[in-house]
Amino acid sequence: MPELNLTSAPAHLRHGSNIGQPLTRRDGILKVTGRATYAADNHPPGMLFAVMAVSSIARGRVTSLDVAAAKRHPGVVDVMTPDHKPQLAIDPEIKTNPFVFRMEVLQSNEVRYANQPIAVVIAETLEAATEGVALLAPRYDELPPLVGLDAGETFVPPVVGVGNPSEHHHGDVEAGLAAAEKRIDATYETPPQYHNAMEPHAIVASWDGDRLQIDMPTQGLMLSLARIAELFGIAQDKIHIRSPFLGGGFGSKGLMTGPPTLGIMAAKLVGRPVKLVLRREQMYGPVGHRAPTRQRLRIGADGEGRLTALDHHARTVSSTFDDFYEPAADASHTLYAAAAIRTSHDAVRVNTGTPLFMRAPGEATGSIALESAIDEMAWACGIDPLAFRLKNYAEVEPISGKPFSSKALRACYEQGAARFGWAKRSLQPRQMRDDDGLLVGWGVGTATFPALMFQAEARAAIRRDGSGVMEIGAHDMGQGAWTALAQIAADAVGLDVDRVEFKAGTSDLPDAGIAGGSAHTATAGSAIHSAGAAVIAKLADLATNDERSPLFGAGNAGVIARDGRLIRRDDESRGESYAEILARAGVAEVEARGTGAPNPAAMEEYAMHAHGAVFAEVKVDPELGQVRVTRMVGAFAAGRIVNPRMVQSQLCGGLIWGMSFALHEEAVTDRRSGRIMNANLGEYHIPVNADVPPLDVITVEEHDPHVNALGIKGVGEIGITGSAGAVANAVWHATGVRVRRFPIRIEELLTQR
Amino acid sequence: MKQFDYVRPGTIAEAVAAAARPGAVYLAAGTNLLDLMKGGVSRPDRLVDVTHLNGLDGIETLADGGLRIGALVNNADLAHNAEFARSYPAVAEALLSGASAQLRNAATVGGNLLQRTRCAYFYDTASRCNKREPGSGCDARDGENRSHAVLGWSESCIATHPSDFCVPLVALDAVVEIEGSNGRREIALDALHRLPGDTPGRESVLEPGDLIVAVRLPPAARGFAAHARYLKVRERTSYAFALVSAAAALRIENGRIAEARLALGGVAAKPWRARAAEDVLGNVAPTPDAFQEAAWRALEGAKPSGDNAFKIELARRIVVRALLLAAAGTPARIPALPASPFASISGAIHA
Repeated sequence: MPELNLTSAPAHLRHGSNIGQPLTRRDGILKVTGRATYAADNHPPGMLFAVMAVSSIARGRVTSLDVAAAKRHPGVVDVMTPDHKPQLAIDPEIKTNPFVFRMEVLQSNEVRYANQPIAVVIAETLEAATEGVALLAPRYDELPPLVGLDAGETFVPPVVGVGNPSEHHHGDVEAGLAAAEKRIDATYETPPQYHNAMEPHAIVASWDGDRLQIDMPTQGLMLSLARIAELFGIAQDKIHIRSPFLGGGFGSKGLMTGPPTLGIMAAKLVGRPVKLVLRREQMYGPVGHRAPTRQRLRIGADGEGRLTALDHHARTVSSTFDDFYEPAADASHTLYAAAAIRTSHDAVRVNTGTPLFMRAPGEATGSIALESAIDEMAWACGIDPLAFRLKNYAEVEPISGKPFSSKALRACYEQGAARFGWAKRSLQPRQMRDDDGLLVGWGVGTATFPALMFQAEARAAIRRDGSGVMEIGAHDMGQGAWTALAQIAADAVGLDVDRVEFKAGTSDLPDAGIAGGSAHTATAGSAIHSAGAAVIAKLADLATNDERSPLFGAGNAGVIARDGRLIRRDDESRGESYAEILARAGVAEVEARGTGAPNPAAMEEYAMHAHGAVFAEVKVDPELGQVRVTRMVGAFAAGRIVNPRMVQSQLCGGLIWGMSFALHEEAVTDRRSGRIMNANLGEYHIPVNADVPPLDVITVEEHDPHVNALGIKGVGEIGITGSAGAVANAVWHATGVRVRRFPIRIEELLTQR
Repeated sequence: MKQFDYVRPGTIAEAVAAAARPGAVYLAAGTNLLDLMKGGVSRPDRLVDVTHLNGLDGIETLADGGLRIGALVNNADLAHNAEFARSYPAVAEALLSGASAQLRNAATVGGNLLQRTRCAYFYDTASRCNKREPGSGCDARDGENRSHAVLGWSESCIATHPSDFCVPLVALDAVVEIEGSNGRREIALDALHRLPGDTPGRESVLEPGDLIVAVRLPPAARGFAAHARYLKVRERTSYAFALVSAAAALRIENGRIAEARLALGGVAAKPWRARAAEDVLGNVAPTPDAFQEAAWRALEGAKPSGDNAFKIELARRIVVRALLLAAAGTPARIPALPASPFASISGAIHA
């Protein structure tokens, strides 16, 4: 048996033939010519339009809906309400597994948050359905809503994030603080934020008997499939979901939520295909968000500037009816070598949609507070903030004591600082000005994100003509999965990328796991790699057991797959093409499956994280307080880089989100009504082109033999960590004003001249 | 969407007649109105589309040296008209600092004058708003109001007028030409918008059917071209409304200010002409001290309407800066980041 089915030493791969190449997006032309079909672009014959009516109160119940008025409106076909809807097979309040969240699908007239769906109008046109919604004129019994971080009784959630303990201890924090020469005790606040993918959540659903066809953007095809099957009481193989392209997800399209479920229910109710697309403001409620936090950091340092204690406590919120807790304090587990570390969380319940995963959940929120506090301590110690971070560099993971599987953070600091010109920074704040008199500030932040993996499966085949097929239900959210995974697939079967038909984005393909946690390339890539190895092994079996093959008897020596040929490992002059092998064997194709999964033994032994260092320059008008980021350099070490062009884009995107966190993003909630007052892209600010300065991304060479066979750590979310803190720290360095409430606003910088 | 009549009159007289009926509104580019209709904030019975009327899209220099701008000229065309930008640089700069390139390509001069406030409680139909529903109350008063008015507000309304364009226009004594049921008349732009008082729903002095057909800049407005700037502080570099803005225009003779014009944006329900500040700048040297004095005068009577006291201090600082910039002289080219405090940063590519 040739040694091809490898999971830890991909010897048959020639890395660099496909992996590592900066290919442009294979779906790019489709997208720029408008031929890429997004969910809402589908219009099956007979399709109707569904529009949700959403609650304008945050707590109470709906007492009346003028269904008759809506139904009288020309074009309205039906109105789905708690009294008139298809029955679900399972109570949507029942949580059947940790990835099931409660949803509002008209199960009652109770209102738990503003923008909760309370009815669905189905009509021949979008306009008729929209007006039908207006005509419903709901009346409510309103109760005073719970709003904000001080809304009520606090409690300690049993877990935060996905199953993390809400408290962690390492060493004696109080003793460390007592022994410290310098102490910082500072509280930071971060606001609620909403994912705001460019593409709103959308579904086109068609029932054919008990078969269900769905077009819907999803980051988790199989999780969605399982949830839909459970909700509607049908077998999974009766459901087909297409999700070839997403216009962004950011975590809000990972799990099945209420609105797409309502679309499926509406289609069932009227017996025709139905399209339901959220309006922008309807995305501020039923599809998740990032919860606000208030974080207190107490830090101690000795006379040399070494951390003696790090205590990070985070207050956050969840909804009144379900549990997701932004694991903000966990950001302090891995970065700095404090002698004692404690992280803890508490929470209050408020009338909001349940918070969910959003752009580095916990890591981003915690990072801006931790990086600000570390900066404050560096200043208290009179040490350059980069030198301070190096002084407290963690050689092993502080909270666990485990060695890192790889950690090129020192190289990130060095290369980033050199590119940025950090050495010229003044230690004191408010010392640097440009030729126009604007205040200039430089800040640094450390980036980190865990190298996660989920479980996935892929199917590979080699066809009679020598070409390859790789099938996996992977998700391209815009990050470039169509390209990067195809590159891995091509290397996995020893072919050029153009010779491999790469299939992804539908639910009838093998489970690729969820596209989240920055783990998709590692997870799906590992399955692809393993499936490729398995199919090559089968092909090699055909050849090495056939005396007519030049590879006959090469079983012990092994063969290598390269450029569509198998060749003897010990004699590269002997080999033959895939097509020749299959032709002689008289088979149309060989196929095999492979899986990807985290390696528990390696996880037990090593702490696995990607790292980075972000440097930011801001300019601030000294009198007017307006801030502009003028330069950012990010150096990241994230294991093997599959496609440098895509990775560059993702990391640049992360830097922009970090800037957005520090300076722009905030959902403004009316404290009396619980309604979000800026639920649109005009007023919920994210950076526009004019805000984005030249971004310089360095990918630092890093080889990690432990994370997975391909050495991939993931780059999806790390860019937002470190960067938000770097910008905040730069604002302090420019102005001397330490703002601890984010986003930083102009009024906070007007206090001094 | 609510059913409405759509009419496309062939002449101005037909338009005025069609729009004089209750429930009728004019439609030009619709950059504001269509959003309001989609949100259920405006629910007109009839749209009178004026975009096909002849003679409203010209920019013409008048015999007396004034300039007449047709109401249908779009923001981008006006700002990029070289002669216009040379003669009224602060107006061009203000136009280019507003909205986004796509919106500027569509939005019209007349529509800009009549755009509605960005107060979130006006847009949120579940909130009480005296402007949207007279007598219902004002939820902004005790709500999220850090960007609201600090001048001219009343207990019934603390909303601001969001226009950039109007700010230098009002400083330059622009005149609005109106066609109405009783024929043509003209009023000063400064008299077009009303302060809220007890009737914030009445935002202007226009009567039903009144159609703005042109905005005129008087001959004297050209006299400020050498020293005219617009400065706008906002929470991102582009595509954001002003927290506070100011237009400053000076006529400087022999090193002294012969005449000063100053107006503020984002502070009141109308573009706020600061005549008291102008008065102290007559026949004085253009010094920081003089501008500080002007700034104090400009904000006399200002008071917070909520969580926005900072806007008063910010407005003073903006006035000083705008006057300093104006005194330094109009730049040869409109900055790449128009009206921004970062305008002079090299390497700025676009707004």
